Amino acid sequence: MALNLKKNWPVAVLLGLLAVGMVLPLATGASAPGFYLEVLIGGLMAGVLYSLVALGFVLIFKASGVFNFAQGAMVLFAALALARLSEVMPLYVAFGIAILIMIVFAWVVERLVLRHLVNQEGVVLLMATLGVTYFLDGFGQTVWGSDIYKIDLGLPKEPMIVAQSVFDGGILVGKEDLFATAIAALLVMSLAVFFQKTPTGRALRAVADDHQAAQSIGIPLNRIWVIVWAVAGFVALVAGMIWGAKLGVQFSLQLIALKALPVVILGGLTSVPGAIIGGLIIGVGEKFAEVFLAPVLSSTFGLSGGGIEYWFAYVLCLFFLLVRPEGLFGEKHIDRV
Amino acid sequence: MNANRKIGEVILKVDGISLAFGGVKALTNISFDVREHEIRAIIGPNGAGKSSMLNCINGVYTPQEGRITLRGQSFTEMAPHRAARMGIARTFQSLALFKGMSVLDNIMSGRNLRMKTNLLLQALRIGPAEKEELAHRAFVEKIIDFLEIQAYRKTPVGRLPYGLQKRVDLGRALAMEPTLLLLDEPMAGMNTEEKQDMCRFILDVNDEFGTTIVLIEHDMGVVMDISDRVVVLDYGKKIGDGTPDEVRSNQDVIDAYLGVAH
Repeated sequence: MALNLKKNWPVAVLLGLLAVGMVLPLATGASAPGFYLEVLIGGLMAGVLYSLVALGFVLIFKASGVFNFAQGAMVLFAALALARLSEVMPLYVAFGIAILIMIVFAWVVERLVLRHLVNQEGVVLLMATLGVTYFLDGFGQTVWGSDIYKIDLGLPKEPMIVAQSVFDGGILVGKEDLFATAIAALLVMSLAVFFQKTPTGRALRAVADDHQAAQSIGIPLNRIWVIVWAVAGFVALVAGMIWGAKLGVQFSLQLIALKALPVVILGGLTSVPGAIIGGLIIGVGEKFAEVFLAPVLSSTFGLSGGGIEYWFAYVLCLFFLLVRPEGLFGEKHIDRV
Repeated sequence: MNANRKIGEVILKVDGISLAFGGVKALTNISFDVREHEIRAIIGPNGAGKSSMLNCINGVYTPQEGRITLRGQSFTEMAPHRAARMGIARTFQSLALFKGMSVLDNIMSGRNLRMKTNLLLQALRIGPAEKEELAHRAFVEKIIDFLEIQAYRKTPVGRLPYGLQKRVDLGRALAMEPTLLLLDEPMAGMNTEEKQDMCRFILDVNDEFGTTIVLIEHDMGVVMDISDRVVVLDYGKKIGDGTPDEVRSNQDVIDAYLGVAH
């Protein structure tokens, strides 16, 4: 559903403020153009990764109406599997096996959990995924161990410096980051097309809207659920691989994955493009807030500075919950009584 | 009633169906048949087991006893999506539409089973996929015309008034080109005018597409006017079966509807 900015003026005001905040550092000369671009690119890259995790949420929510709290745990679990397997075999083989593991996981979740909860309230399903989260956390540690592991994508670590002729000192870009962004962007785009443009995507949306009716037109619920959970598992694996290669595979991955919650609320729980744009807004927004806004705030109020990055996303999310709960692009919930 | 419409062979046979939820017997030893092209009604007071009967045919419930035969294929266990594959379509008493999707998408979703081309082609919209989508769209447009909902094509279904939502529900079922159409209280909660419209649509569907229809209703008046034969249920038992006139003069049926003096 398109966003009508006239009707949603608080959203329009906020987006305007964010836009102003984006150009202000450059306009006031608070930042050199080269450095500004570096921050922007860094933000966009983090944003793409948030989008990737958010996409997992959106996929499952769209196709089963389940708010899958376990998405973060799935990212961690997939990353752990990939990291440990790649210690004993080539990365691409490990990747293949990790995909299989996530498919088996999807099948088990459907078989043991979802199948028995058809037509239940959303809250019941949410609680079930909460249980899955903690199980997966513990089970992951049991199987793979609880140390910090690394994933080596075999890409050069050293950053490259581009556009040296244009800006003084050039712009610093990590090759690995570029690669990650390209993969994420590709994945995000193909999923968006799949959901919006194909009859199968329509069938998935149908399942999300009404289980009973979807069955009556011949959509096999159980198989659809295995498919989306497997796809969400695959997305989690890619997200886990990229995050893991950057930061190491450790428990805190799951907390980063929680950043995807504000992203989906901002973008709309039912919207694939929303997950992308939400991720980018939050990725860029929090980097800018941290780098440019924090020094201003701390010098004005005499604070010790920093830390905006941690709460920026959640404040934005709270604002949206208040003025536009369905998010930027989500479907409005219509109830006729 | 259209006199030219030819009632054919038996296509659905329900044989000794019993269904219980724990100690509650919803259906006890129900048998009846449905002939091709006919409009067959199942009526009865509230709680008589009408919806349970429909849900057995549709595969939502699995009866403990008895068997159901559709076009010579008999089954004791059934899943709703398999029923759909066998050509059974249904509408719902309390609406079960895809509320966030447009009228068009809702009805298109009924074509789901008939989409044959693979995912990649669908995504790229090339070759046969494009042609197929267009063919399905043309069929859906026919249904939209037929149900007189052209003006609401792009409207999210959740925004439509109740009577129109019921039509979309019917449209989605029709898009499946079913051999057997199950209607669960299609007139429930409607005003007189909406009821008349719905009756007209049901008769037209039966007439133009030759669709066999099983419908549940507790409004006796409406049912008697449009059905060929009627099954009457009360407390999960069959108490009457026959043409509307036969049923109307059946003493058990009169008792069930009007009560008996003790």
